[in-house]
Amino acid sequence: MWDGNEVWLLASGGAIVLAFPTLYAISFSGFYLPLMMVLWLLMGRALGIEMRHCITDRLWNQFWDVIFAISSFLLALFLGVALGNVVRGVSLSADGKFFAPLWTDFRVGELTGILDWYTILVGLAAVAALTYHAALWLQWRSGPRVQQRVSQAIPLLFVLLLILWIGTIAASISVQPILTENFRARPWGAVFPIGSFLAIFASLSLHRRQRAGAAFKTSALSLYVMICGAAAGLYPYVLPARNPQWGLTIARVASSPESMTLALLWWIPGMVLVGIYTYFVYGKILPTRLSLPHEEH
Amino acid sequence: MADGSIQPPSDNPYATHSSSLDFRPAGGPRHGAWCAMDALTLHRLHFGFTVTYHYLFPQITMGLALLIFILKTKALRGTEAANWAVRFWTKIFGVVFVMGVITGIPLEFQFGTNWSRFSEFSGGIIGQTLAMEGVFAFFLESSFLYLLLFGENAIGQRGHWLASLALFVGTWLSGFFIVCTNAWMQHPVGYAAQAARPLKLDSLAALLTNPWVVPQYLHTMMGTTITASFVVASIGAFYSLRGVHTAVVRSFVPVAIVVGFVASVLAAFPIGDWHAKMVYRHQPVTFAAMEGHFHTGDGAGLVLIGQPDLEKMRLDNPVVIPRLLSFLTHARWNARIAGLSEFPQDLWPTNIPILYYSYHIMAGLGTFFIGIMLLSALYLVCGRLYDQRWLLWILMCSLPFPFIANTAGWMTAEFGRQPWVIYNLMRTADGYSDHVSPGNAAFTLLGFAGMYVFISILFLFLMFRIIEEGPRSETAPETRLRSTAEGDV
Repeated sequence: MWDGNEVWLLASGGAIVLAFPTLYAISFSGFYLPLMMVLWLLMGRALGIEMRHCITDRLWNQFWDVIFAISSFLLALFLGVALGNVVRGVSLSADGKFFAPLWTDFRVGELTGILDWYTILVGLAAVAALTYHAALWLQWRSGPRVQQRVSQAIPLLFVLLLILWIGTIAASISVQPILTENFRARPWGAVFPIGSFLAIFASLSLHRRQRAGAAFKTSALSLYVMICGAAAGLYPYVLPARNPQWGLTIARVASSPESMTLALLWWIPGMVLVGIYTYFVYGKILPTRLSLPHEEH
Repeated sequence: MADGSIQPPSDNPYATHSSSLDFRPAGGPRHGAWCAMDALTLHRLHFGFTVTYHYLFPQITMGLALLIFILKTKALRGTEAANWAVRFWTKIFGVVFVMGVITGIPLEFQFGTNWSRFSEFSGGIIGQTLAMEGVFAFFLESSFLYLLLFGENAIGQRGHWLASLALFVGTWLSGFFIVCTNAWMQHPVGYAAQAARPLKLDSLAALLTNPWVVPQYLHTMMGTTITASFVVASIGAFYSLRGVHTAVVRSFVPVAIVVGFVASVLAAFPIGDWHAKMVYRHQPVTFAAMEGHFHTGDGAGLVLIGQPDLEKMRLDNPVVIPRLLSFLTHARWNARIAGLSEFPQDLWPTNIPILYYSYHIMAGLGTFFIGIMLLSALYLVCGRLYDQRWLLWILMCSLPFPFIANTAGWMTAEFGRQPWVIYNLMRTADGYSDHVSPGNAAFTLLGFAGMYVFISILFLFLMFRIIEEGPRSETAPETRLRSTAEGDV
């Protein structure tokens, strides 16, 4: 069902063009190189899943497994790097444009690249968080052989995640002063980092108590809270600049109210419709009446 | 050499050209040649290449969804062979659909990465139709394709038929929203009257009922139906020539030929004719360039063959049917039609020869499709199609031509719109991301080229395997799952 994920990606891409055309134009052209690489990685991942099952052959399967694993790892890393870039801010100029090279000197300075010590740290934290999350999913949904092997890795992943997560928060505060200012103005914002910590600990404790489904969902919650925390910490900026006065605020990049009002007229009923038949196809018809043998391992 | 610079030997006959080896920017006119691949050209090539490649796949799936739906309807009336045909073509649909999704995602990104000024200016409008495609079409397609592929036993024959209907509706809706986006760029409507930057949408209804949409959408859909019909007929002809899968072939080939015949006639008349009149009314300079019509005159002829010579402003080696263009456009043999020379040069399409050839290739191939499908339909009605080995050979070998015709048709639309990215509102030269350097654009263009070569090889490899296996050898969808499961052990 990978294409389901990519359909969501396409649909949300369309929504960004519609709701934040300026943000879409500035950030997509500014992050030109990494986004193109993300596209190639997405293709690699899609091909990996799709091709693997076409031929039953050991070498063929291994080849696509490796392609899938590399693309997935790099995508997770890039997601974190992207988040790091947004939090750190980019070298926006007065006319609201930037073009980020892949790297400059790996320092968080005035002229930034995509990769520097800070964004790489966030990237690694994202890989750790998503790996931990995936491990909990395997605990919940896979067969006993896989569960046993994954179970041994979970405590290690947890410690790794915790270290990287604390490091990332400390680093974020040091590279982005907006976070501190926002915290002073709205101290309740601390609820996000604290909440995500609690959620991570809760997921481990649920896992210990053999409640795999709940552990997975709690870990998903912690990821959402982290993202919300980043967004709240930067508010009202959606893309801060290294030179603070040129940062992009949400008001500056949003579409016109006229366009958005018209859009909501069809978007809400449309998504309700999607929800209804997705629920029936994936929730009702397929799981109850059709079993896929290869999912039973 | 005394001064240390490299000099060509004086007796070298190519010495006069040696300056082309000198890459130092020396200023003057040479400098222009030195960076001939400027940013605008590269960004256009980037989008043109990825979108052309992408459209090889949806043009199969949209038409094929219609054929699968018709075959499934036929199967409901009890012919089991038609059911095998449905399963076979759904499997091919699945692989082609995946290719369409994989190559479609980059397009949505590229509006932002390579065309940032265009998307900032018009995102509030084109974003509507692009997001509608996601919400109304993609979810429908992907959910019901899954049911069609794996759910036949779970949902029963009626349910399976409904799934094929939903897939058909989903793919055709998807085409509608994309053509709607393009139609708005060809003929912008529904935006707020003041020259606001960025543009604001004034009326959703105007956007969706743009007069340009209807002929362009129907013409595009006929194009995809022709492609799918030729793909199905061609593979059917291949099996017939080999003498295999006879019952299944005879259930799907007639559908392809009848649908293909109807679609190729409709594509030309009335839809193509209607579309051409729309171009004439709203983009007269494009119309003149596409038809190779240089000078205004009464009773203009229709150009069949000829090479446009823009220096002498005439057509070389012309084969022209006198007065026909005037008749087709105005229904009067003596009507006056404005030629290229009537318009200021900066409004001319930027590449007139390519525009002219694309249009003529599309129209010429369209005529060929009508002929082939008519002939096949006649033999089919007489019940002698499968004995005509020469005709089966022609059908089999026609496979590439609809792809060429559809591509040429889109090139006509896109080159015809130049020099505008949004007709009369924004020039293409003002729409690309001017802060993304040509070097970076060239890098990613090469990256996509490499990626797509790799994907093409994989796609052809898988297609040949599926075609070689044929519709009968796989007994049921479950077999595939079982063999996959063994592969996991």
